[in-house]
Amino acid sequence: MTSLVASFSKGRTIRLSEVVERTAAGILVLGVLAWVILNLAKAPTQFFTVLLAGLNNGALFALIALGYTLVYGIIELINFAHGDLFMLGTILCANMMANWLGLTKPGLTGFLGLILTMIVVMIFGATVNMGAEFFAYRRLRNAPKLAPLITAVGLSFIFQNIGQRVNGSSPKQWGTVFDPQSGFSVAGVRIRWSFLVVLTVTALLLLGLTYIVQRTRQGKAMRATAQDQDGARLMGVNVNATISFTFALGGAMAGAAAVLYMETIGTTRFEAGFQLGLIAFTAAVLGGIGNLVGAVIGGLLIGVIQGLNDGAPYGLGQDWSQTVVFSILILVLVFKPEGLLGRRTTEKV
Amino acid sequence: MTEATSSTSQRGKQGVQPLLDLTNLSVNYGNIAAVQSINLQVHPGEIVTLIGSNGAGKSTTLRTISGLLRPRAGEVVFEGRKISGMPGHDVVKAGICHSPEGRRIFQRMTVGENLDLGAFLRKDATQVAADRENVLTLFPVLRERLQQKAGTMSGGEQQMLAVGRAMLGNPKLLLLDEPSMGLAPVLVDLIFDTIEKIRDQGVTVLLVEQNALAALRIADYAYVLESGHLTLEGPAAELLSDESLTKAYLGG
Ligand SMILES: Nc1ncnc2c1ncn2[C@@H]1O[C@H](COP(=O)(O)OP(=O)(O)OP(=O)(O)O)[C@@H](O)[C@H]1O
Ligand SMILES: [Mg+2]
Repeated sequence: MTSLVASFSKGRTIRLSEVVERTAAGILVLGVLAWVILNLAKAPTQFFTVLLAGLNNGALFALIALGYTLVYGIIELINFAHGDLFMLGTILCANMMANWLGLTKPGLTGFLGLILTMIVVMIFGATVNMGAEFFAYRRLRNAPKLAPLITAVGLSFIFQNIGQRVNGSSPKQWGTVFDPQSGFSVAGVRIRWSFLVVLTVTALLLLGLTYIVQRTRQGKAMRATAQDQDGARLMGVNVNATISFTFALGGAMAGAAAVLYMETIGTTRFEAGFQLGLIAFTAAVLGGIGNLVGAVIGGLLIGVIQGLNDGAPYGLGQDWSQTVVFSILILVLVFKPEGLLGRRTTEKV
Repeated sequence: MTEATSSTSQRGKQGVQPLLDLTNLSVNYGNIAAVQSINLQVHPGEIVTLIGSNGAGKSTTLRTISGLLRPRAGEVVFEGRKISGMPGHDVVKAGICHSPEGRRIFQRMTVGENLDLGAFLRKDATQVAADRENVLTLFPVLRERLQQKAGTMSGGEQQMLAVGRAMLGNPKLLLLDEPSMGLAPVLVDLIFDTIEKIRDQGVTVLLVEQNALAALRIADYAYVLESGHLTLEGPAAELLSDESLTKAYLGG
């Protein structure tokens, strides 16, 4: 009501459709809330179990989404190859853990090996992403937007072919250092150790990333470059190195996600990057592309929605998983095109 | 020369090397020639002004000095070293700071963060703190707004931020592109006073201005640019005192 009055006093005419839109949005949010509460009331244990599973997936979506959002934030490129970089990371992780280190069972050595593998795969992701920027995207920076976009699609296929060549056309199963059964129960809700590892590692990486972006010189250079490249140059910022560094950060996050994914799921597939990449990209858009916090919230939200839809008493089930996720994306974008935390307008000239 | 110059200008003395030397500099945008074969020198301790009407090529000249544009021909020499062709951040490292046209402040960062970025390449933390204090004393309004998002400040305040930020780079040569644009008359006076103070602190200034009369009053030497060509140069006081010139070129 107050907003109506305010609008009138500014002399702006109110369109009927605006009122309808707001009402519809309100009803939608209330409807979703009611559905969540209904599920919770019907079967609390089941609700929390699927909620945790959703959070687990959501954390991985968030890590991958950060790669999309970092790159988009700095050069406004949708890096379509990012999901496939993640996929290559899962294959490297599986081979390193199982074939080279011989670690396929739980235990202390397995855990130490996991840390080592994570570092290696993060460096791998960072290096490949920097290479893609250096050899392909950098040269297209002043080209029409479509050129780097198509290049990214091309790279995506190249990565997939490499994955297919190394991993084979069908999925491969691997033993992992996480025992899917081991864990403990709280009030009947099963909490796996792997879930705690995924959540802890994700939280640590997010803290580290936030620290780098907000507090360090490199982060300052990144934020300046994102807003105005020439302006940053005039401050003495090495813009090329800064963009390179941003790709490295995004690649490292994809690498970390790849290790967590591979060790919890135990499967490698050459198409894994396509589906997960698309969902993570959706998460980035949902949260407001270019916004780091938005990517994390978007990732967790999609994970939880998916979890509830697939496993809660009134969920539509796995067959409708993608439909639900993308319907929600479309609805959010219709009402809030800039995403949940995105900026309404860009100041770019 | 006249009382207009309190500087230690070395111009005209034999064997003195200019701080900045543009030789036969030409700059194109695609096929459009924006600057054509200009020769311009800035000597240590001077305020040199580059004036001319809209589209004359003044900003293009500054952007080329800063390494944002590559010359089509000719070169930019700073302290005896060729800097044309260097990336922009190396030009800053060499000692040239540029307060660009239209301010180009980082709108989504705070005033304080913008000032920090001005000192991005400096390692001497105590001296940076002292220079920052100096800037905040020159522009007290910035001190009150340190936590404010720069994009929400008024145009004039943003202009002061842009100038203060460039000063924080501790440059040997300061390039100022229309620092008085959009300012109220009292602030225009403040900006020009500040530029003289900056010069007195030992910083050499190359000043681009629409406000030609005010620029000539504080400058030691002036160049007039017309459609990419230099058509006139001389000690600023001479250009000021020559009435036919001020009429023809400066509309004064
Ligand atoms: N990015 C660009 N692409 C193409 N042409 C440009 C570009 N920037 C400037 N020009 C052209 O180059 C010429 C010189 O422009 P410049 O900005 O250097 O003028 P100026 O002297 O700074 O003018 P003003 O006083 O209006 O700022 C103009 O004719 C302008 O249209
Ligand atoms: Mg200009």
